[in-house]
Amino acid sequence: MSKISTYGKKYEPKSGVSRWFDERLPLPRLMHNSVNAFPTPRNLNYWYTFGGVLTFCLITQIITGVVLSMHYTANSELAFGSVEHIMRNVNYGWLIRYIHAVGASMFFLAVYVHIFRGLYYGSYKAPRELLWILGVVIYLLMTATAFMGYVLPWGQMSFWGATVITNLFSAIPVVGGTITEWLWGGFAVDNSTLNRFFSLHYLLPFMIFGVVILHIWSLHVTGNNNPIGISVKDEQDTIPFSPYYTVKDAFALVCFLILFAWFVFYNPNILGHSDNYIEANPLSTPAHIVPEWYLLPFYAILRAIPSKIGGVIFMFSAIAILFLLPWLDTSKIRSATFRPLYRQFFWIFLANCLVLGYLGSQNPEGGYLIASRICTAYYFIHFLVVFPLLGIIETPKPLPESITKSVLEKIKTKEIEENK
Amino acid sequence: MSDKETKETNRRDFIFLATGAVAAVGVASAAWPLIHQMNPDSTALALSTIEVDVSGMEVGQSITVKWRGKPVFIRRRTRDEINLARSVSLDDLPDGLARNNNAANTAIATDENRSIEGKEEWLVMLGVCTHLGCVPKGQSIGDARGDYGGWYCPCHGSHYDTAGRIRKGPAPTNLDIPPAIFLNDSVIKIG
Repeated sequence: MSKISTYGKKYEPKSGVSRWFDERLPLPRLMHNSVNAFPTPRNLNYWYTFGGVLTFCLITQIITGVVLSMHYTANSELAFGSVEHIMRNVNYGWLIRYIHAVGASMFFLAVYVHIFRGLYYGSYKAPRELLWILGVVIYLLMTATAFMGYVLPWGQMSFWGATVITNLFSAIPVVGGTITEWLWGGFAVDNSTLNRFFSLHYLLPFMIFGVVILHIWSLHVTGNNNPIGISVKDEQDTIPFSPYYTVKDAFALVCFLILFAWFVFYNPNILGHSDNYIEANPLSTPAHIVPEWYLLPFYAILRAIPSKIGGVIFMFSAIAILFLLPWLDTSKIRSATFRPLYRQFFWIFLANCLVLGYLGSQNPEGGYLIASRICTAYYFIHFLVVFPLLGIIETPKPLPESITKSVLEKIKTKEIEENK
Repeated sequence: MSDKETKETNRRDFIFLATGAVAAVGVASAAWPLIHQMNPDSTALALSTIEVDVSGMEVGQSITVKWRGKPVFIRRRTRDEINLARSVSLDDLPDGLARNNNAANTAIATDENRSIEGKEEWLVMLGVCTHLGCVPKGQSIGDARGDYGGWYCPCHGSHYDTAGRIRKGPAPTNLDIPPAIFLNDSVIKIG
């Protein structure tokens, strides 16, 4: 009991040493107040555990990545062989590489859950606009990091994925060609491209780490949103982050790790493309170039537009529009629980994104092309028409008075049902 | 200090602006080497010319050679392919320019302006789709050659005709033609 009772209390140095430290660098105070004592809404559900899962993913990617780079060679003649060397000769190399490769997919799976959680519960609305924008920045950095990481094994998909994506910049009028040659360090994707991608792939995760700290800092200024979306009114509405949510996050992480481990140990290559086990050949393009699954919706948008510059603009706008979301959504109600119309559009939007992902994996011809144009149109309509309009025409359901009241009511109805 | 004094431009403002300007120039000149190091280095630039012996090529045969890290298509075209390319009205071409480094920038996309001057059989062009840089199919026997009998890019579905001109699909321009001349009857110099 005595142990539990210290949770939720503000930091107090207990020994002479910790007092001495606290007066000079209050780091333990910062850690205690932002982890142990941080007041968190008492009604967070499991969708709120993905922040912790994502932190775990980032750290796992950094640790396995640092270790892999001890054995990898960033040279176009040697890279492909060095990856096979990791797989066959390095002690536990296969395990570390599979964790890193599957880890990228798991990272994106978790980030998509996290983003859609934010969309459903309106976590981007005032006062959390900056928190949301920092999240979009992290997502952008993640896609850049994942893209460059996928180039490093120097297989066919690495090479041609790099070619297609860097060529996006050639769509820029006048200076496009110069910019692409500058990115390549030559006249095509080659050794110098591989070298700089390796350097940046090593750098970007640490930049992500920096933005994650800002993201969490901002979260700790505004406090958590919650499933009913109404603000914390008094201390009753909160519980200390530890032990309540450290335990909840840990349990969610264990479940997530079971899925992670299933991929690593039973199906490590299912999320990748088999063509990447063929060494890069600059003279022959594989029949179907597809990005990794987590970028497929954007690839579908790129190909849906019948113009090169247009496709590039729409693809980047699809992410950029997320920055504007806090101002596109005119509804003051955060949680979709109390927005009967928005709740339906949320699921339509989610389905639309999944369909776009499927279409991104198919050949852009015939019915697939028509479908991807419809879905692309809806993607933008959702942001530019549905979000602004719903806030005006929708009548929200009555909101509970407070977080505590809504929690207690839930318990009451449960008890009544059980008594029946 | 009175309000009047602070509103007037004085020597301090000048020093402030001048220092800022010098610092900006300093930052820019320090940044330039860091940016320029990423441009193609001298070994990449040194590879800018190759010579290809094409004396063994039959009519209807294609070869692909590597120039500056990119594939170059060399095709000795058949009479049918040339006639097909010449029968196209310029109005039907999405890109009306020849995109030929050996001709003027404004040259129109006639078949004559696309093939090597005086040797209409020979078509030399970069095998790089002008959309997003894939290598179009059509060099090997049995390849898909698209709706216009030339080349077809499988990545995003661009169709090129027998003169390498874009006819259908997302690619914005005709396949680029690198600097290429016949040094003698059997050797083409590219670059």
